[in-house]
Amino acid sequence: MKINRRAQQRTVEIVSNKRVGAYHHMIFAVGDMALHALPGNFVAISVGGPGSAMVLRRAFAIYRTHDRGNYGGTLELVVAPHGQGSKWLTALPMHATVDMVGPLGTSFGIPTEPVNALLVGGGYGSAPLFGLAELLKDGGSRVDMVLGASSAGKIYAPLEGKRAVNSMTITTDDGSAGTKGQVVSVLAGLIERYDVDIIYSCGPMAMLAAIQDIATQTGIMHQCAVEEAMACGIGVCMTCVVPLRDETGLVKMSRSCIDGPVMDGASVLWNSSGKIPDGTFGAPNV
Amino acid sequence: MELSVRQMSNFNYSTSFQNAVFPNPIFTASGCAGSGKELAQFFPLTEIGAVVTKSIMVKARSGRPTPRMAETPSGMLNSIGLQGPGIDQFLAEDIPFLQKAGARIIVSIAGESVDDYGSLARRLRGVPGLSALEVNISCPNVENRGQVFACDPIASRSVVEVVRRVLGGELPIIVKLSPDVTDIVSIANEVIAAGADGLALINTLLGMVIDIDTMRPKLGGKTGGLSGPAIRPVAVRAIYQVHQAFPKIPILGMGGIASGRDALELVFAGASGVSVGTATFGNPNAVLKVKDELANLLIERGFTNFKEAVGFAHRSADV
Repeated sequence: MKINRRAQQRTVEIVSNKRVGAYHHMIFAVGDMALHALPGNFVAISVGGPGSAMVLRRAFAIYRTHDRGNYGGTLELVVAPHGQGSKWLTALPMHATVDMVGPLGTSFGIPTEPVNALLVGGGYGSAPLFGLAELLKDGGSRVDMVLGASSAGKIYAPLEGKRAVNSMTITTDDGSAGTKGQVVSVLAGLIERYDVDIIYSCGPMAMLAAIQDIATQTGIMHQCAVEEAMACGIGVCMTCVVPLRDETGLVKMSRSCIDGPVMDGASVLWNSSGKIPDGTFGAPNV
Repeated sequence: MELSVRQMSNFNYSTSFQNAVFPNPIFTASGCAGSGKELAQFFPLTEIGAVVTKSIMVKARSGRPTPRMAETPSGMLNSIGLQGPGIDQFLAEDIPFLQKAGARIIVSIAGESVDDYGSLARRLRGVPGLSALEVNISCPNVENRGQVFACDPIASRSVVEVVRRVLGGELPIIVKLSPDVTDIVSIANEVIAAGADGLALINTLLGMVIDIDTMRPKLGGKTGGLSGPAIRPVAVRAIYQVHQAFPKIPILGMGGIASGRDALELVFAGASGVSVGTATFGNPNAVLKVKDELANLLIERGFTNFKEAVGFAHRSADV
């Protein structure tokens, strides 16, 4: 596998930065980088400014892109100001510039025929699903969406996003919005009701693993965008690996920045954080 | 300062490690350039002095479990654990790509035993287009810290002797040492006596981060190698000490180099070449940036030949 052929490094300008609930919706003028981005791709941004003690890039799933507008090509992110790096980024004013590399990684596969698709997002993991929803709708597919978070303020579901889908189901752990519980608890019902052919998901690894269990039981395809800590985003640091079964059946520790973030859920060996699954290529002989 | 084309063209940037000559002294650092393919998307590999490959082992290796990374102030801990395809696949896939890209290649090797190093050297001996071999005896990310040959003068010596015997005089041997020792000069002395042509200084320092939420070590491998600007003064010190003791042995310096001024410190301390590692994670073009900035800084200071600057900090003040 190779790094995304379209990837480029450039200095980009922030043209909008708005707080939305627990997140920041940020728009960057990125020129033709916007042309090449597909749903599921991500960008890597350096944070902290010159002389910063933060030496690693931060990876963000692309929310959506526009080829042309007042600012030329634009790219949008939904950023949760959790750590030092994302706090720095979300505190930047309009017209500030950042160093961005993108688009990176794999993208969601789009069926050639119309299908019934269920899109499942956890927290700000919903971000790449709205662009995907538009693309699927354009291709004549039915698109239903489930978004889950710990509480109402952490659901990212802008109005235009809601309009883009046939139905929207919300779950919160504390019951402050939608159904009380986790997204997984409502999946079986939705799969049956909408006769779902394929699940697309993005969010925490534990959620993706639970979705895969349901996908396996119901025999439905599942494409997911994984989250594993990255240092570089361009395939050179080897930190963001997940055990992935290739087409020959061989399990390899594969980079989520190059072989992912979008992976076939059935090919990932889930719940293996903290261990190397037996039989993995090059695993220590026990 | 704007430099004229004439100043640039009169500047001799080349460097050498024994019989291996490089058009400029800025290399990638082992384990920080993937297979070379990834960075080739950002710049032609011919632009830099050499690509130092990830440390290759006899057999495929999965590496350590995740999490493998923790950012630290001005640095990071990694516990990759030498993930790689093994020498067969490396020779079949990675080397042909680098040859075709016209890169100057320094292959880094790592073994679990002295015999492993011998086998690896045997496999690499006849491979065309290699500039040198880096013998990594200092990776901290192995299950058994006893594998860190570079902490043991006798083990260090045995490894280098075997590689030297297998290679004969064909390829320069650059031995990568650990700063996690009491006296790096005495280790350097052993490997030079065993036939090392050059030294690579420094590998990462062993460290640990504890996650205060889980209340456990953050990395899957518990310990990891510390790299980045945080360790640069350690690199400068190690290079200075070793160059002082062995001024004729070329040193490939690395440790937190992110700019030309950083590289210049290492050069003045005694480095004949400088590898850029962790900085590439933050900036895919870091190697090129360091190359251009260092040239400018040297020219500004009146140097016409890179080699004149190597070890300059050792000269007495009145020279």
